[in-house]
Amino acid sequence: MAIISRGFAGRSREHNPELPPGQYLTEDFPVLSAGPTPELDTAEWTFTVQTENGPTTWNWDELHGLGVEDVHTDIHCVTRWSKLGTSWRGVPLDAIFDKVETERDFVMQYSYGGYTTNVPLEDLLDGKAWVVSEFEGEPLDPEHGGPARLLVPHLYFWKSAKWIRGLIMQDSDEPGFWEQNGYNMYGDPWQEQRYW
Amino acid sequence: MVGAWHVGTVVATNTETPTGRSIVFDVPGWTGNLAGQHVDVRLSAPDGYQATRSYSIASADSTERVQLAVDKLPDGEVSPYLVDDLQVGDQVEFRGPLGGWFVWKPEQIQPVQLIGGGSGVVPLIAMVRAHAASGSTVPFKLLYSVREPDDAFFADELRALEGPLLEVTWVYTRKTPHGWPTPAGRVTQEILARATFAAAENPAVFVCGPTGFVETVATHLVALGHDPVTVKTERFGGK
Repeated sequence: MAIISRGFAGRSREHNPELPPGQYLTEDFPVLSAGPTPELDTAEWTFTVQTENGPTTWNWDELHGLGVEDVHTDIHCVTRWSKLGTSWRGVPLDAIFDKVETERDFVMQYSYGGYTTNVPLEDLLDGKAWVVSEFEGEPLDPEHGGPARLLVPHLYFWKSAKWIRGLIMQDSDEPGFWEQNGYNMYGDPWQEQRYW
Repeated sequence: MVGAWHVGTVVATNTETPTGRSIVFDVPGWTGNLAGQHVDVRLSAPDGYQATRSYSIASADSTERVQLAVDKLPDGEVSPYLVDDLQVGDQVEFRGPLGGWFVWKPEQIQPVQLIGGGSGVVPLIAMVRAHAASGSTVPFKLLYSVREPDDAFFADELRALEGPLLEVTWVYTRKTPHGWPTPAGRVTQEILARATFAAAENPAVFVCGPTGFVETVATHLVALGHDPVTVKTERFGGK
């Protein structure tokens, strides 16, 4: 039974069915990063998928040559803000995994700057994830992960690694950076899987 | 494990700035927190409506007393209530402590450089307090940027704690105290080079503040030779 905070009225009682439990809407785009923003040049940028059969690497043009599509989606941050109806442009992970053979079921995303986050492979396929390089029609800002980040919008946004450098295929689901620092292994916003 | 919600009862409040105040809660069952961690604070209205936000914890000890320091966001839903309405005896709920990255532990042996902007000083205050209470002999430096003297949180306490193991550098971006030797202005790379530990001294660096402040400071620190992995950041607000 929750206690009452005397005098607290709160804001809107209108239930927005697009908003997961415990989230509030923001028009802003807050920046959350654990360290300095890296400076990256697309001329030197690469993306690698490491499997049991070895690495496959694409440069910027090669990766975008796999096919780019528009994505309209909502995003949900574990710090409780959500943005509805955001627009992105990027390469679907389906196009990337069409070129890769693996029997492994788990993925560690890793970034320029050292960030990591884990996700099951099935959460990256069937139109659920992209390597995005544009936000609202503009090149993605470095603070938001530019030149390219992962976008896995059905999970809390820390599962969408900024400054993405590649994916490592793994036999088991190992914790990434925030997952080692108190945050949930899976991070479904509709289940409020925020912390351990 | 983060565990269950705890009831926190206000035992003291203190006006810190024109838009911010510190609040001490008694939280039975709270088992302490590391310096730099934060907590989810949940408010419940009589009709069952709830709103939850995360706040950095200003205290860092193993008691059941938890201190927050909150700056009021003009469009905020929770912070105006905490700053303007909450009175001694009122209750909110806590879950935490949260976060295992932006923390300082007394067993760490590197020098520590803290850089805070505005209310971003709150988790850094927790580190300063933990350092003073622990008897740790590693040197701390704090660079604290505020718009004007009245905007500083915990100013008297910081002045009292200054000494051989804590050097505090104040930066005023809009208005300086009377007779201040330099004009008001933002933190520059030159100020950072002069007033903070050099990269060669291998400090652990913690930067917390509004997004623009943290982006600027962190970029300067990397330019000054700090390894990016030694610079821990916490940002608030958008870009």
